[in-house]
Amino acid sequence: MLEIKNLQAGIENKPILKGIDLSVNAGEVHAIMGPNGSGKSTLASVLAGRDGYDVTGGEVLLQDDDLLDLAPEERAREGVFLAFQYPVEIPGVNSAYFLRSAVNEIRKHRGEEELDAMNFLKAVKAKMKELGLSEDFLKRPVNAGFSGGEKKRNEILQMAMLNPKLAVLDETDSGLDIDALRIVADGVNRLKGTDNAQVVITHYQRLLDYIVPDFVHVLYDGRIIKSGDKTLAHELEEKGYDWLIRDAA
Amino acid sequence: MSSATTNETPPAPVEAFAQVEQAGGPLLPLRKAGLARFAERGYPTTNDEDWRFTSLKSLTDLPFLPTLEPLDQALGLADIAEITFGQHDVNRLVFVDGHFSSDLSVISEQTDGVTVTNLSSSLNGLENEIGSLSANDENPFIGLNDAFFTDGALIRIPANGRLSKLVHLVFISTANEAGQAAHIRNWIEAGANAQGTIIESHLSLGQAAASTNVVTETRVNAGANLEHIKFQDQSLNAIHLASLHSELSDDARYAFHSFALGARLSRNNLRMRLAKPGIECVLNGLYMTRANQLADHHMIVDHAAPHCDSHEYFNGILDDQSRGVFHGRIVVQPVAQKTDAKQTNKNLILSDNATANTKPQLEIYADDVKCTHGATIGEMDDDAIFYLRARGLDTKTARRMLMHGFAGEIVDRIQHDGIREELDELVWNRLEGEHHLD
Repeated sequence: MLEIKNLQAGIENKPILKGIDLSVNAGEVHAIMGPNGSGKSTLASVLAGRDGYDVTGGEVLLQDDDLLDLAPEERAREGVFLAFQYPVEIPGVNSAYFLRSAVNEIRKHRGEEELDAMNFLKAVKAKMKELGLSEDFLKRPVNAGFSGGEKKRNEILQMAMLNPKLAVLDETDSGLDIDALRIVADGVNRLKGTDNAQVVITHYQRLLDYIVPDFVHVLYDGRIIKSGDKTLAHELEEKGYDWLIRDAA
Repeated sequence: MSSATTNETPPAPVEAFAQVEQAGGPLLPLRKAGLARFAERGYPTTNDEDWRFTSLKSLTDLPFLPTLEPLDQALGLADIAEITFGQHDVNRLVFVDGHFSSDLSVISEQTDGVTVTNLSSSLNGLENEIGSLSANDENPFIGLNDAFFTDGALIRIPANGRLSKLVHLVFISTANEAGQAAHIRNWIEAGANAQGTIIESHLSLGQAAASTNVVTETRVNAGANLEHIKFQDQSLNAIHLASLHSELSDDARYAFHSFALGARLSRNNLRMRLAKPGIECVLNGLYMTRANQLADHHMIVDHAAPHCDSHEYFNGILDDQSRGVFHGRIVVQPVAQKTDAKQTNKNLILSDNATANTKPQLEIYADDVKCTHGATIGEMDDDAIFYLRARGLDTKTARRMLMHGFAGEIVDRIQHDGIREELDELVWNRLEGEHHLD
């Protein structure tokens, strides 16, 4: 599904990712953990194609296509979804209008028929119910005035509607209380399938109590210094990162 | 404050006044006093703090040709159909160069006691009221309007009355000669607990540099709810000077929406007096300028009573060499405890040569109040564009969506469904034509 080979990237000549290798197969959930400043969010941004990052080496393949050659919208249409750490507030743009436009762009790209307003509403309302979002949500401007929890749930709602092949969740747990965390995690788990994959970026182990990863990777100073199964996350919870960083040094 | 005009030769309006004086009439004292007010100060200059960003050179370079008599040539409905709204069953009053046109107007109001007419046809009793709400304003254009106004709308909704239909005031400038100056005066009064929606449109037929000077006095009595929409879409050579004076009483709700799309130079002075407790006052505006347009909104919201809310929301979309000016002054008098005043002005700059000037001014003399203000000037938000692109929308679509949203924030505050939808479409079509959109 996703093949990252020796990826190097930075901002303004400052290297941040210093050679990442990661292989994610369909049906898998990978967690990427690491202390602040290790490059986790940079990795998410580079995968989604955010401006301002220079890729200086390596490659990223999504089902054998070179992802780094594509514009952000093309990546999205190919099935990459980034759940933002800080979803952007867009006053004046109606949530329903925005989401239907996005869904239809992606359906068009896949050669599927566009959803009309009725069918879109039917589909979105079912997903909203699962995520505990009230119906007035659709009438509100995108993320504007939303609470932290609402913004994160909105990300998961978009993800559910866009049905990506590869979902990258960037610190989706930050700012959530335990109930909201459970709702968000349930939403993510419902989307898990044999034909898609999820990369969950998190600072804390607690999210991984709810979204159980097949693999856990520790990112430090732009490199993956340790990979393991879910028990690695528990080990990190107990012992912190220092022992790994010492080993890596 | 000083006025820098030197009057060695009398300004053109003083000379032109002879004809008004000759005509006489019950308003002559008001007119004379107005002319004196104007003559004392002359046209404002950029040395006046209130006109710092707005040069009137494009006006003062013109001859002063007040349209004291109606045009000979009669206009037909077909002449105005293209340039104005037409899809609503309304009471429509049409004025051409400041003169009422009964042929173009349709008054079919159903509610008893409602007055929807032209001011000059039913002045009885209003002689002493006209000018009462604008009297304390130093703006010389009010004096000029007092002296030269020919006509305007008179709308009175009785206590507990409700306009059965929208009232649409259409002001047309024929603009076939540079310097033509229409002077329009409106009086609007909503009785206690009355309700209604009024829209005024200002449009040009020709392309000459004609000016419009409109003064509107609005009294919103206790418990009344008045929505007032202004749509200014004059030619890019026009000069539009407007002054709105609203006095609001107990628990009144007044929303004024300003859409400034046209005119080379437009200036909207908004003066709100919140005289009694429990008032909610919303000033909401969108200006969209291009070429060498200048759109100026200058407001004073005077909180003179406790427990009142006032909100000002102004968004500007500025292209080419155009300029947007916002001046928002909020005065909270010592008595006005529990005031809740909010003000925002956001400017979206589409060209390197466009300018926005924004000046919030809060004067708070009470201690138990909530007052906030914020202003932004900038290009389109890159984070927002990336967010939309990351959901599959291309850059062009993303930029359009953001711009539509930026304008939509203002349009969405219109309560009247039909007008909101029509203006939304109109604004959107106009934005689609922006050459710097992509």
